[in-house]
Amino acid sequence: MNQMLNTERANNMTDSKISANKVQVYYGDTHAIKDVDIEIQPRSVTAFIGPSGCGKSTFLRTLNRMNDTIDICRVEGSIKIDGEDIYDPKVDPVQLRAKVGMVFQKPNPFPKSIYDNIAYGPRIHGLARSKSDLDDIVASSLQKAGLWEEVKNRLDEPGTGMSGGQQQRLCIARAIAVSPEVILMDEPCSALDPIATAKVEELIDELRENYTIVIVTHSMQQAARVSQRTAFFHLGILVEEGPTEDIFTNPKDKRTQDYITGRFG
Amino acid sequence: MTDTTLSPITSETPSGAPAKSKSLYAIDDLTRKRNAAEKRFKAYGIGAIAIGLFFLVVLAVSIISEGIPAFTKTVVSVDFTLTQEQFDEAEGTLFKTKAYEGIFVNALQGQLEASGVSVPFDNATIERIVGKPGGTIREFFQANPDKLGEPVQFELAASSRVDGYMNGRVTRENMTDSRFLMKADLDLVDKLTESGIIKTVFNWNFITGADSGVDNPGGAGIGASVVGSFFMMLVVLFLALPIGVAASIYLEEFAPQNKLTDLIEVNISNLAAVPSIVFGILGLAVFIQFMHLPQSAPLVGGLVLTLMTLPTIIISTRASLKAVPPSIRDAALGVGASKMQAIFHHVLPLAMPGILTGTIIGLAQALGETAPLLLIGMVGFVARGYPDGVVSGFVDPNSAMPAQIYTWAARADYAFYEKAWGGIIVLLVFLLTMNILAVILRRRFERRW
Repeated sequence: MNQMLNTERANNMTDSKISANKVQVYYGDTHAIKDVDIEIQPRSVTAFIGPSGCGKSTFLRTLNRMNDTIDICRVEGSIKIDGEDIYDPKVDPVQLRAKVGMVFQKPNPFPKSIYDNIAYGPRIHGLARSKSDLDDIVASSLQKAGLWEEVKNRLDEPGTGMSGGQQQRLCIARAIAVSPEVILMDEPCSALDPIATAKVEELIDELRENYTIVIVTHSMQQAARVSQRTAFFHLGILVEEGPTEDIFTNPKDKRTQDYITGRFG
Repeated sequence: MTDTTLSPITSETPSGAPAKSKSLYAIDDLTRKRNAAEKRFKAYGIGAIAIGLFFLVVLAVSIISEGIPAFTKTVVSVDFTLTQEQFDEAEGTLFKTKAYEGIFVNALQGQLEASGVSVPFDNATIERIVGKPGGTIREFFQANPDKLGEPVQFELAASSRVDGYMNGRVTRENMTDSRFLMKADLDLVDKLTESGIIKTVFNWNFITGADSGVDNPGGAGIGASVVGSFFMMLVVLFLALPIGVAASIYLEEFAPQNKLTDLIEVNISNLAAVPSIVFGILGLAVFIQFMHLPQSAPLVGGLVLTLMTLPTIIISTRASLKAVPPSIRDAALGVGASKMQAIFHHVLPLAMPGILTGTIIGLAQALGETAPLLLIGMVGFVARGYPDGVVSGFVDPNSAMPAQIYTWAARADYAFYEKAWGGIIVLLVFLLTMNILAVILRRRFERRW
């Protein structure tokens, strides 16, 4: 019976981009993520919200295996992208990360020129056959990130010399440049001022057309503004997941209700 | 002050009203104490720096004043013509060099008289001033028979006491007559100086030459040991830098954190503190007695110094790798770089200034190291036939600058003492050059980012 239900469920969800099933994450002896099941829809924005330390960033980092760099971290359960288990021993994390790009909390451009920042990914993945190919990739990535007009005349200046908001958009452009299918964003606006935040949010909304975006955020307003679906994490458990509107207007769980009304966290 | 006097004041203040605010012009006790402590601390700091500077100046002045004479030498310069007949005649006698000496003395006398000075002197006096010139002259004409009959200018090195007299170390008051130099000889020296025959010239031989025997301090040079030190530094650079950097990258970025790596880490830190003589004896046992590498060779010296330098390089490289922000690693991994690409494309270039500084500090340390070299036989020696053959390669016997300085300092003749100071100047020039190089490289790499 149970088996049948599972199969049925899987069939219903074949159109989801990422499907996580009974994911457990351990840091040494600490059980950081417990039994997370989630389906992430393609070409949409999914927001992870929850109080600090609830495991939302940890779960995000399991989606492109960035947790591999932490020795004591252990992941169980299955995470499938397009039906392929990313923790399969056959999977090379390097290829996975080309498919699932990431933008971090603090803007972290390479201490190189703006051009080299964008061109680095395509170069190591051999995406450009010639210099002009590479120029095209750099230009189109910057255009998609809405940064082209601001930087087209100073591509050889260091990326670290730009403002915080520009740096973060540069990092998004850098992630786009390797043509990923999924972009993970770990609190991308927490180090930015409201104006820069608005620009990045606008950008995220535009990128939704072509990419599957998962964003972790501390700001519930941001989640409400940019996402189509929202997942609420608490103490390592996925409490509730659904269309953003439902989560914010009609939460099913008491804890979600308490959190979004500001009673804790 | 008692409560009785206090109470009327408090009673005057209406309850609940704020206390009278203190004037900003009056400095209270606590602030005064704090300021005094700060002033005292500053004074200590300035005092410490002043003491340091004072000793630095004393050191520099004493090194330079003692070492400068090593860079000059006193020569007896004589225009000398030897005819074919004189050559044949001298070659025919029993004491050939004696015969040449006679001809030399005649020539010298002639030159003195030509400049209008006449001082009586004999062969013995000349021998005390320039040693035995006959051998040098004979060797020259045997090697260059075509120069016979032409005037040739000989610049013969004066003896160490004459040298000392010229630079003020030996005076008429403090010297005693001996078989090395008589007070009466100084009259002749004065006259020769006046007529320009004895003069002080820059001692190129000190910079380019090799060590000499104990009886010839004038001929001793540091050149051979500079070459030796250079070869050793090459060995150290090409072994210690790649091994050290590779080891640090592995330990810092790839190695799992466990008991074994902890043990390795502790041991590396301990190795940095091991006295250098221990490395010397290790080199003697392993490289020379077990592996049968040649004794006294820069190769072995370089290997020993590599062992000594490795911990320094590893520690500084790891520190500078650690200082690279993890966000750079994340950024590279995030766009799909492999771990190695992330390290070699992004982390290593950022850590480069630190690595270079550590390496050059390690090299400078190795350059000044004496103790391990004594144990593997790289002490000063008389290199015959320099520069050909003897000190030309990695496996030919040689010395190193600090070991050479040590050897000179241990010798009896005062002239060697001067050489030791002079050697220290050369060593310091090398160290200064390396440090300047380090600063320049650092600046360059830092500007790129």
